[in-house]
Amino acid sequence: MNNEAEGYPLAQFRKTYFEECAELLDALQANLELLSNGSGDEETLHAIFRSVHSIKGGAGAFGFGGLVAFSHVFESLLDAMREQKISATPDVVQILLRASDALADIVGAARDEHVLAADFAADILTAMEEALLGASDPTASGVQPKPDSEVNEVSGERRYRIAFTPHTEMLQKANEPLLLIRQLRKLGGLSIEVDSSRVPPLDVIEPESAYLSWIFTLDTGVPQSAIHEVFEFVEDDCDLKIEVVSDGSLAAPAANLAANSANPARLAASKPVDAAVAPATPTQSIRVDVDKVDRLVNLVGELVITQAMLTEQGTLLPVDHYPALIQGIEALAQGARELQESVMAIRAQPVKSVFARMPRIVRDLAATLGKEVRIVTAGEMTEIDKTVIEQLNDPLTHMIRNALDHGIEGPDDRIAAGKPRQGTIHLSAAQRSGRIVIEVADDGRGLNREKVLAKAQDRGLVAAGASLSDEEIDNLIFLPAFSTADVVSNISGRGVDMDVVKRNVQSLGGRITVQSRFGSGSRFTLSLPLTLAVLDGMVVSVGKETFIIPLTAIIESLRPQAADIHPVVGRGLVLALRGEYLPLTHLHRCFAISDAITDPCRGIVIIVESESAGRVGVMVDELLGQQQVVVKSLEANYESVDGISGATILGNGRVALILDIARLREIDSRMATDRTVFNHQNAIIDLPEEAPHAA
Amino acid sequence: MQPDKQTISVGAQDTLDRPAAGENTQQFITFTLGPEEYGIDIMVVREIKGWTDTTMIPNAPAHVRGVINLRGVIVPIFDLRARFGAGLTVPTSMHVVIIVAAASRTVGLLVDTVSDIISVDPKAIRPIPEMGLPTEDQFLEGLVAMEDRMVTLVSLAGLFGKAADPGKRNFSSDLPKAA
Amino acid sequence: MAKRILTVDDSKTMRDMVSFTLKKAGYEVGEAEDGKVALNVLAGAKFDLIITDLNMPNMDGITLIKNVRSDAKHRGVPILILTTESDDKKKGDGKAAGATGWLVKPFSPEKLIELIQRVCP
Repeated sequence: MNNEAEGYPLAQFRKTYFEECAELLDALQANLELLSNGSGDEETLHAIFRSVHSIKGGAGAFGFGGLVAFSHVFESLLDAMREQKISATPDVVQILLRASDALADIVGAARDEHVLAADFAADILTAMEEALLGASDPTASGVQPKPDSEVNEVSGERRYRIAFTPHTEMLQKANEPLLLIRQLRKLGGLSIEVDSSRVPPLDVIEPESAYLSWIFTLDTGVPQSAIHEVFEFVEDDCDLKIEVVSDGSLAAPAANLAANSANPARLAASKPVDAAVAPATPTQSIRVDVDKVDRLVNLVGELVITQAMLTEQGTLLPVDHYPALIQGIEALAQGARELQESVMAIRAQPVKSVFARMPRIVRDLAATLGKEVRIVTAGEMTEIDKTVIEQLNDPLTHMIRNALDHGIEGPDDRIAAGKPRQGTIHLSAAQRSGRIVIEVADDGRGLNREKVLAKAQDRGLVAAGASLSDEEIDNLIFLPAFSTADVVSNISGRGVDMDVVKRNVQSLGGRITVQSRFGSGSRFTLSLPLTLAVLDGMVVSVGKETFIIPLTAIIESLRPQAADIHPVVGRGLVLALRGEYLPLTHLHRCFAISDAITDPCRGIVIIVESESAGRVGVMVDELLGQQQVVVKSLEANYESVDGISGATILGNGRVALILDIARLREIDSRMATDRTVFNHQNAIIDLPEEAPHAA
Repeated sequence: MQPDKQTISVGAQDTLDRPAAGENTQQFITFTLGPEEYGIDIMVVREIKGWTDTTMIPNAPAHVRGVINLRGVIVPIFDLRARFGAGLTVPTSMHVVIIVAAASRTVGLLVDTVSDIISVDPKAIRPIPEMGLPTEDQFLEGLVAMEDRMVTLVSLAGLFGKAADPGKRNFSSDLPKAA
Repeated sequence: MAKRILTVDDSKTMRDMVSFTLKKAGYEVGEAEDGKVALNVLAGAKFDLIITDLNMPNMDGITLIKNVRSDAKHRGVPILILTTESDDKKKGDGKAAGATGWLVKPFSPEKLIELIQRVCP
């Protein structure tokens, strides 16, 4: 369908096509990986074929010639493999992998309307064609689409005599003689004779069998090929004889084509299909607009809030008086929770789509670095919220690049270290206690703690002489601008610095840690929430106000002793905590809240950490407890507010704001200066005389 | 401008009694702030509800009274009296919040009471006389004389800046910070 | 009553394009993404024509055709197969399984409608 007919929403189809291509390419990659590490089966090859086939099919419809040409050769090679004319040797698989990479590029170029160099992927094309030539059956090479043979025909009015005897199979394939006759009638003047001599006596008649024959006489100016076209679908299932009985010009020899079914009348008693052949059923799916799902997620969020409110009210009722009501509320709570989980699960997608992109990155980068690396993935079917998946690609790519660039040694070094030439990167995903844990482990050289520590000290990231645990040293690499490579390589020049990864991960509400053993490898562990629409928060109060602090940002909370609080001129208060000095942020001052506790020793200090502001102690009145909250936008109807990242609705139906902890310290110091130095001087004066409180 | 003493409710009955709005008339919901009566285009009004406690928005201008939960949507509440520079309202449960849809946003306006629905021929809307009050002029659309009283029409676009432009949201920046 | 056509293709692009063209021509269109889904759909509804791709996951077009032809309820329904190029082998397989006719991709909306009218006026 390559014409742009009136009202034909080609742009929309294109969009769908490219979305589909992205999925097909991901599937192609994933299945090729299976094939290359030997864990694929027959169905893997079929699936690979189908991916390329579908890409080609759509490309034809949109007239992407280059894409059709490339995928055609690719498909032919795969077809030959399906038919076991070519076997999946490592060399062939290598060609397939390269072809798949090139195919992705060609699809990308078609999508972005880039023009690729004329010789783009020419080497891969050649390799594929050579592989095809090597296939034993020369007729099946299929490299060139076979052009339909066209015969020039003489035009002019002629009379044809057409003898037509349908076989029973023709009827069984739902081809109606009547429709063919109508079709013939469109070509010219038609007279029809029916031969019913073969119709048996009624008692032996089989209603689905063909007993009639026809002789048509057709006067027409159309070429004979047009008559054949009418019978195109039935030629093999009938006796057909077309001859010219009178020719105006008499120049052409009488065409006498008989298309006769070679097969004796098979009884097309189609056998029931072998049920055992059915492959393992992948789940069926439907496509739903993400907006619709988001709406559903929101509505369920509301339901859960209302339910929480009911539950809260329910606790105020005497159980003896309203047993059924209380039971009902409990059942509702259970139902609402399950409903929420199910709805969240709709947004969830397997991490496969992200994982599938990593092998190519490994291949490309390994080639650039002259290293030999394979990647092994596990847990691809682990599901995680779509928004999280979309944002997972960058940090994961960074981590893989980092493992290749800094972790895995060159082949010679590896052999010298008594390791196999080829390094291995394990990429895995799993769900653990309500979070997704993704691990990137390599068997490379591991972190050199001495070097890491020396460098951190060098850069003033760690006080000289500070004693850090191994784990603490390893995690120094996540500090901003820390790079472990001695030489800034091409790769780290592109930003492999792990602080970027950490920032990305934190913005997803996740955490990242590293475990490493010098000489034998590193394991990066990434823990992510299942969704961004729900957040685990600590509910805190300041004066009469209630706020939510994201749990992922909280390190610990404590009630400080007076001796641990120190004023620092011009910087407000600091809290001494295990030899570290943390600035104290007064939430009541940030947000100008009256009636709040101003003495840190009587309130609670929550130690939070953010990438841009580091560790900060946030002073609040009270901790009200931990709660999972549905994140709502404040900006939808208002505007963004400094220090606030969103809002939520608590069990009592009231709105509570979610703190953007990275901004608090700056707001606090701005507010402190705005309101003159009076406030914090005041605080300093209040302080030391208070009796220390137990933490 | 005298407060209307005859109509106080916005019930359906009340609406039915009136002649249906003709093709050339525009309907307004009227409300009071102290003795003065204002009108707002009925097409933008989503609902009217009693005052409930709000959650404060940190460091917001004084006329922003905070946010409420309106069936799961976070809706900011604006004190119209404060917005007009006439001081903060001390809200009680008798006060009323008019929920309006301005461009793509839903916001609440805190007023004293809702009084009436009026049909106005656009030709009868008179311009605001120059009173040398730049703040007020910008929020007001015109004046309508009813039989025995005067209704000032409020402009939502004026209240919320270029409301049609969602990229430009300035609830606070264009205002001097109230005490 | 409008004729009902079931289009079976694992490519959403293809289904979209076929179904758009058919709907514009006044047909009622059902969609299925593979043979298995198609059989499920057919179990609950009658169609006047089935247009199916051959290469599909879970159940390919050939198996679908064989199933339809062995089902008393649907055995008389015309089935058009979609093939790329003039792949005679595929065409042959399709026909042997019981396809009524075939359609070579890429095809124009006009060609699609014309072919449909040939087998299912």
